[in-house]
Amino acid sequence: MTAQEVRLCGLLLQEHFGDVVEKVGTHLIRSGVLTLRALAHETKLPLDLVKKSLCVLMQHGMCAFGAGRRGPAGPVEYHIICEHILHMLRYPRYIYTAKSLYGDTGELIVEEILQRGQMTMSSTVKTVADRLTHNMPEGQSMDYSEVVSAFSRLVETHFLQRCPPMASAGSSSSEAVNTPLPVWSTRMVYIVPVKIELMHKCQGKRRRSSEDGEAEQRAAKKTKTDNSERGDEGIYWQVNFQRFHLHFRDQAIISAVSCKLDQTSSEIVRTMLRMSEVTTPAHAAFTQALSANEIFRALPFSYNIARPILDQYLTLLVNDPMEFVGRTGDSGGGMYVVNLHRALANLARATLESVVQERFGSRSARIFRLLLRKRHLEQKQVEDFAMVPAKEAKDMLYTLLSENLVQLQEIPKTPDYAPSRTFYLYTVNQLPTARLLLQHCYKTVGNLIERRLYETKENKRLLEKSQQIEAILASLQATGAEAAQLTEVEEMITAPERQQLESLQHHINKLDSSENQVDETIFLLESYINSTQR
Amino acid sequence: MAGRGRGHRTFSVEIVGIGKGENLPPSSIQPTPLFPPLDQKPVPLQAGEEAEYMLALKQEFRGAMKTLPFYIRPAAPKKDVERYSDKYQKIETSDWKPDWRRFPKELRVREKRPLRDKSPAVPKQTKQPRVNKEEIIRKLETLEQKEEEGSSDEEEGEKKKPEEQEAEGEEEYDEEEFEDETDYIMSYFDNGEEFGGDSDENIDEAVY
Repeated sequence: MTAQEVRLCGLLLQEHFGDVVEKVGTHLIRSGVLTLRALAHETKLPLDLVKKSLCVLMQHGMCAFGAGRRGPAGPVEYHIICEHILHMLRYPRYIYTAKSLYGDTGELIVEEILQRGQMTMSSTVKTVADRLTHNMPEGQSMDYSEVVSAFSRLVETHFLQRCPPMASAGSSSSEAVNTPLPVWSTRMVYIVPVKIELMHKCQGKRRRSSEDGEAEQRAAKKTKTDNSERGDEGIYWQVNFQRFHLHFRDQAIISAVSCKLDQTSSEIVRTMLRMSEVTTPAHAAFTQALSANEIFRALPFSYNIARPILDQYLTLLVNDPMEFVGRTGDSGGGMYVVNLHRALANLARATLESVVQERFGSRSARIFRLLLRKRHLEQKQVEDFAMVPAKEAKDMLYTLLSENLVQLQEIPKTPDYAPSRTFYLYTVNQLPTARLLLQHCYKTVGNLIERRLYETKENKRLLEKSQQIEAILASLQATGAEAAQLTEVEEMITAPERQQLESLQHHINKLDSSENQVDETIFLLESYINSTQR
Repeated sequence: MAGRGRGHRTFSVEIVGIGKGENLPPSSIQPTPLFPPLDQKPVPLQAGEEAEYMLALKQEFRGAMKTLPFYIRPAAPKKDVERYSDKYQKIETSDWKPDWRRFPKELRVREKRPLRDKSPAVPKQTKQPRVNKEEIIRKLETLEQKEEEGSSDEEEGEKKKPEEQEAEGEEEYDEEEFEDETDYIMSYFDNGEEFGGDSDENIDEAVY
């Protein structure tokens, strides 16, 4: 865990769970693995608060526990899973994806589960149905079956998964050691429990008559007793982050193809990715081979592409230097695969080049691209190939060198590394540079969050005042006050204060959107680095 | 290593591209400034429906997390003044209960039973009335003694009366003094009650 990652994790924990959980979390990240007593002793917090913090972290999947170093007889040890804390940056993107794929119902389901960490299906369905009914106009209510079907679809496409059973939870008896854990097959992870007894229709908003009221009271009592008999006790669901990441990766590839080539090619690639969604394992370097016949059959009707034109497009994609699509055989009209790892590497490379271009100018970017392609070049060669005058080339190279984006490689002519008889070559290594940029991104997001907290703290008094006035306005409107009273209350905020509030809101919005945008870069670089590690 | 061989410098900077006598940029003695001026302006943020929606989602999520029971506060926040807006800020202070089958049992917070708290308080309460009763009894006894002493000395009653009168006078004087709780003698203070008495004739003039 690098210093920037720890800092960012601390800030995220503080924002979402408070100072106590932040202290516990950052200490546990730095120490690695600790027992409960050691953690309480070192953080000097009361034991109850430490226990609660650990419960919260485990509920959200950020902390895991296991048998300690002394084996099952010793105390339980806890460790933090840092990636899951960093995923908190991406929560809005997950929710938005669920909305675009499965509508408002899907959006609310994913949002509820992200807020609560783990939930049973019945409680999720109930909460989401209540929320949807609340937003609907009078008299309408949300049918539970719709929510259940949305939930099932999310599970079928693997966006939600069951939580794995926990190992023997702290009870260090010999029985727990001897009984083997139930076989956790990957298939079980995505099976929706069939027997769920739920009220089929959510209760409406208003009670029309006393009869309805009685019926609802009886029904309400029934739901209370039914809570324990829902049929899916102990089956908790969590968001499957990996599946969402695969979806984002596919989206990135499709948009890259559409930018580089055209809309039709991107549709072909989208079809290929969709067909191989379920068959391709998560970390595969390329998708399953698909024949041109299959692709032709699977294309959406609206595109009306003739067979020879499809072949031409596929050839175009294969010959493109970005190498998104590769040809692996000739049967069935040609076997084609999408090169996932190579696509990720190209996307990361494009990101690096874009960063250099935006920070140092287009000529530095040209030198950078040159070095990426040609690997090692001498000073003179750089000037010649990049067609940049010597002095400027030198200047740019040294700037890039000082930022660590370019490295100097020594190649000795003689074994004693004499400087006059050594080649000094400039080089760029994509993977270490990507890691460097990723750390810069983490630092950037940390700075953005801190700046936002600073801005909020500076204007705390003003924010509190505006909140109070909004509360007063809300209560006045609820009790039906006159317009004159409302305007009088509104005028309690003076015009310059209103302007200050607006500019503050504008700053905070800008900082928040910047965080979202930096997170997109973080995702690309992380995916690339993870793909090289397997 | 570079300086061996009597001043022959084996490393010439020409190899790396710096010519002889060229103007090198001045070496920096201090750390780089905190907000260095940028040569290139950063690219503007993505604006659009998607970006705005995600921004709204992010802010709502943050706000929602603060109200959930997962947001642990070290102690109940002390309010200096009861705010009007508190009525509208609902905070779920009820603790959520995790499923203990899935969490280690050692994380369970033991709740204090209220019986244990009540039992030490009960003997205290029974003690206090006893103490009060004893004090009251003692006071009554001393008062009785004083009364008996007072009634037995009837011969000195006359002497006592002037003493009492003086005491009363003193008391009256003391009362006047202590009425306003000031150090100043009352006779120096002019209430201003005599002010309006002179100007009964001239009503036309304004009274300041």
